[in-house]
Amino acid sequence: MHEVGLMQAALAIALDQAAAQGACQIHALELHVGQQSGVVPAALAFAFEVVSVGTAAAGAELRLTSIPVRCYCSRCQREFQPIDWVYECPDCHGLSTDIRQGQTLELASLEVS
Amino acid sequence: MCGNCGCQRDLDAPPLAKTPTQVLELHQNLLSQNDRLAERNRALFRHLLVLNILASPGAGKTALVQRLLRDRALIAAADPLHSHPTSLQAGVIVGDLASDRDAQRLRQTGAPVVQINTGELCHLEADSVAQAAQQLDLANLDLLIIENVGNLVCPAAFDLGEDLRLVLMSVTEGEDKPLKYPTMFKSAHAVILSKIDLAEVVGFNRAEALHYLHLIAPQALIFELSATTGAGLASFYAYLGQAIFQGRDKARAQPGLAKSL
Repeated sequence: MHEVGLMQAALAIALDQAAAQGACQIHALELHVGQQSGVVPAALAFAFEVVSVGTAAAGAELRLTSIPVRCYCSRCQREFQPIDWVYECPDCHGLSTDIRQGQTLELASLEVS
Repeated sequence: MCGNCGCQRDLDAPPLAKTPTQVLELHQNLLSQNDRLAERNRALFRHLLVLNILASPGAGKTALVQRLLRDRALIAAADPLHSHPTSLQAGVIVGDLASDRDAQRLRQTGAPVVQINTGELCHLEADSVAQAAQQLDLANLDLLIIENVGNLVCPAAFDLGEDLRLVLMSVTEGEDKPLKYPTMFKSAHAVILSKIDLAEVVGFNRAEALHYLHLIAPQALIFELSATTGAGLASFYAYLGQAIFQGRDKARAQPGLAKSL
C-alpha cells in the first residue's frame, strides 16, 4: 500500500500548483501510470478518496491513464509493445531488457478554477 | 470569500461564468523526491558497494546477510582477478515494520548494524536509509548491505541509492514467484535462489523456476545457494568481490571523493 504515500505526494504537488495559479478548486487530476511502475491503479483511486478529504481537491475527478510498456529489440532495431510480462520481440522472439516506456508514474495535468 | 484559499472570489456566482476551468500541464514524477535523495545517497556511497536485498518475508534475507558478514574474509579473497589489499569492512541497515530482532541476529557477527523500524510503511525509502547511514562510519566501510522490508511489491519502486539489487526467492516459495511479481524481478541485477539445501524435500522443480526467471528477468544473473550449508556461495562471493574491487577503483579514479566524508 505504498500508493497512499504516492497519492499524498501527487496531492501536495497539485495543491501547490493550483495555489500558485491562484486557483481555489481542483476539478480533475490526471495521472500517468506506467504498467511497470509497480503501482496498482485501484489502490491509487482508493488512496485519493482518503487523502483528498478536506482539501481543494476533494471530490475532484481522478483520471488514471495507463501507459503501456514499450521495449527495444536491438537485433531488429525496432520498438515493440509486449503482450504480457514476457518482453518478447514479435519478429525475432528474442527477450528485450531495454525498456523504453511504461515505468513512469507522474502527475500529468490538473484542471483547476 | 472562498473557503479554500482566502481569495476574494464570490462563490455564490455561477462558477463557469466567472471562473472558467484551466488545464495545467505538469508532468511531475511522483517519485522525484525519493529519486533525488537516492542520487544523494549514491554520491555519499560512491566509495563502497551497496546492496539492496529484497524478498518476501521468510525467503532467507537475514540468514544470507548473516552468512555474508561471517564470510567477509572469503568475499575479500574471492575475486579471481585481484586480491584485496585490506580486509573487508561491512555495515548493515535493516528494515522491518517492528522489532530489532534482525539487528540483534546480525550484530552477533560483530558488524555495525542499524535497524530501521518503518512502522506501517511497507518499504524503505532513500530518506530513511540516509538517516540510518549517519549512524555508520561510512568512510571505513567497503560494503553496505541494506536488507529491505520483506515485500515483493512496494520496495521495487523505491531507489535507495544502491549499486546492486539482489532479489531472493527461496525454493520453499514455489517456482512461479517471478510470474506473480514481475516488476520486482525485472528490477533485479541478480536473483538468488535460496535454501537450495531444501529443494529435494519440498519437490522444487529447478528447471521450471530457471525457465520462468529467464522469461521474466533475462537481465538478471542467477545464483543458487544455501546460506546454511554454504553450497553455491563461491561463485556469488566471486561476483561480490569483483564488484567491491570495481567500486574501489571507481572511487580512486575520482580523487577527493573517497575519503572526503
